[in-house]
Amino acid sequence: MTKRFVYMDHAATTPLREEVLEAMLPYLQDKYGNPSSLHSAGREARAAINEAREKTALALGAEPNEIFFTSGGTESNNIAIKGAARRQKHKRHLITSSIEHHAVLDVCKELAAEGFQVTFLPVDRYGMVSVEEVKRALTPDTFLISVMTANNEVGTIEPVAEIGALAREHGILFHTDAVQAVGQIPMNVREMNIDLLSLSAHKFNGPKGVGALYVRKGVYLAPLYQGGGQERKLRPGTENVAGIVGLARALELAVEEMPEKSRRLQELRERLIDGLLKIDEVVLNGHPTSRLPGNVNVSFNYIEGEALLLGLDLEGIAASSGSACSSSSLEPSHVLLAMGVEDQLARGSLRLTLGRGSSDADVDYLLAVIGPLVERLRRMSALYPRQH
Amino acid sequence: MYNEKVIEHFTNPRNAGEMPDADVVGEAGNFKCGDIMKIYLKIDGDRIADIKFQTFGCGAAIASSSVLTELVKGKTLEEAQRITNKDVAEELGGLPPLKMHCSNLAADALKDAIKRYLEKKKEEEAQS
Ligand SMILES: Cc1ncc(COP(=O)(O)O)c(C=O)c1O
Ligand SMILES: [Zn+2]
Repeated sequence: MTKRFVYMDHAATTPLREEVLEAMLPYLQDKYGNPSSLHSAGREARAAINEAREKTALALGAEPNEIFFTSGGTESNNIAIKGAARRQKHKRHLITSSIEHHAVLDVCKELAAEGFQVTFLPVDRYGMVSVEEVKRALTPDTFLISVMTANNEVGTIEPVAEIGALAREHGILFHTDAVQAVGQIPMNVREMNIDLLSLSAHKFNGPKGVGALYVRKGVYLAPLYQGGGQERKLRPGTENVAGIVGLARALELAVEEMPEKSRRLQELRERLIDGLLKIDEVVLNGHPTSRLPGNVNVSFNYIEGEALLLGLDLEGIAASSGSACSSSSLEPSHVLLAMGVEDQLARGSLRLTLGRGSSDADVDYLLAVIGPLVERLRRMSALYPRQH
Repeated sequence: MYNEKVIEHFTNPRNAGEMPDADVVGEAGNFKCGDIMKIYLKIDGDRIADIKFQTFGCGAAIASSSVLTELVKGKTLEEAQRITNKDVAEELGGLPPLKMHCSNLAADALKDAIKRYLEKKKEEEAQS
């Protein structure tokens, strides 16, 4: 089989689309004005940001003045959660899940260190948060619930509309880290009763280093930085004009193509899962149906994920793992552990995430390469049962 | 992130697999990242006549296991015992700093095997 380059790590980041680059280029070259300037060059940049804000709002079912551009998902999460906490006069309790991205988890831990009370909700074996558990965790002191829309490792889609309804009913703020969901599955902040939503452009074929935070009208956050008047002082600093234009163009295209793309990716995903489960002692991690269209996450018994990644990389395949040895923390994935996945299986996990450029040929190639590789690694594994 | 030698040992590991008729089996686990290694020795007099390894671990752990078996094959037990974690990493031409701990289990498993072998021999001598 001829070696190919196969990119199956779209949950980590995606390539920039040609159309998006084209939309951005003028703002990296000729249209270099500062949006805060009153002259024509400034006005031109300002107009581009306004248009981007409208497009972004439209994609989420929001109003343009509810969209704040940021430097990405991490910053949006920080502004949303810390910003909400620091506006509180009396209430000191917040609720989140134990499978959040570190950009939420560690923000909550930081607040806990500052004296806030944080409930980290458990999840079931599919990585699903239970609305009942959220309800039980509520106290009169609760001011915020933050639960991600879809998990970045196992792709589980959480019941955010139900959690949103519950939060609204109790007058509690609801934030969702929708970084993995926006551009992949339909989102509507009104219908889902979302007060705060984080998104990041590089996850839907936009540029890296730019994101947005949706803040429902009437919700006030304390800014993390002080500076100029940009983004209505919630996120001061001269705007990343080209990035913002790219974000909006990428999102517009992603929403337009969503029905077709999501059907296609789901088919590829199912074929990939079926093929992988034909190998002995492989289990699927995450939910069988409430799952992002492009996410596959499986664990191989007896082998370590980093070795598998290295073997795949040598065959030209880019993937990711929740293994301890592929992370800098030396802990296996907190998501898999929270789901009750056995330590050894968590170490042998492999995440393959499909995206716009993924093809049938990619899936065929992966399936052809992985069987022999798994076999080879198992034969040299100290945990593989004695072969007769 | 790995150098060519590490990749080469990962791709074509030396002496990988089980040894059903081994004289002794040593084991080491790395509690930091969960890597586990077994080492099988065939001993002739005071020399290591044959060696095999099995490793559950990352690329660095597998490459370290492989290079260790090359280092010790044919050596006397005394010589083999003197091999350190550092020797293994050096023989591989270095490892990324975060991966240094993954190379430790190779020398540890070898030491465990030799210790067990010497204990076993002492017992046998006492009985005869
Ligand atoms: C769920 C989730 N939240 C937040 C982030 C961070 O986003 P960014 O890289 O734009 O800071 C990521 C991406 O890694 C993510 O997957
Ligand atoms: Zn390791």
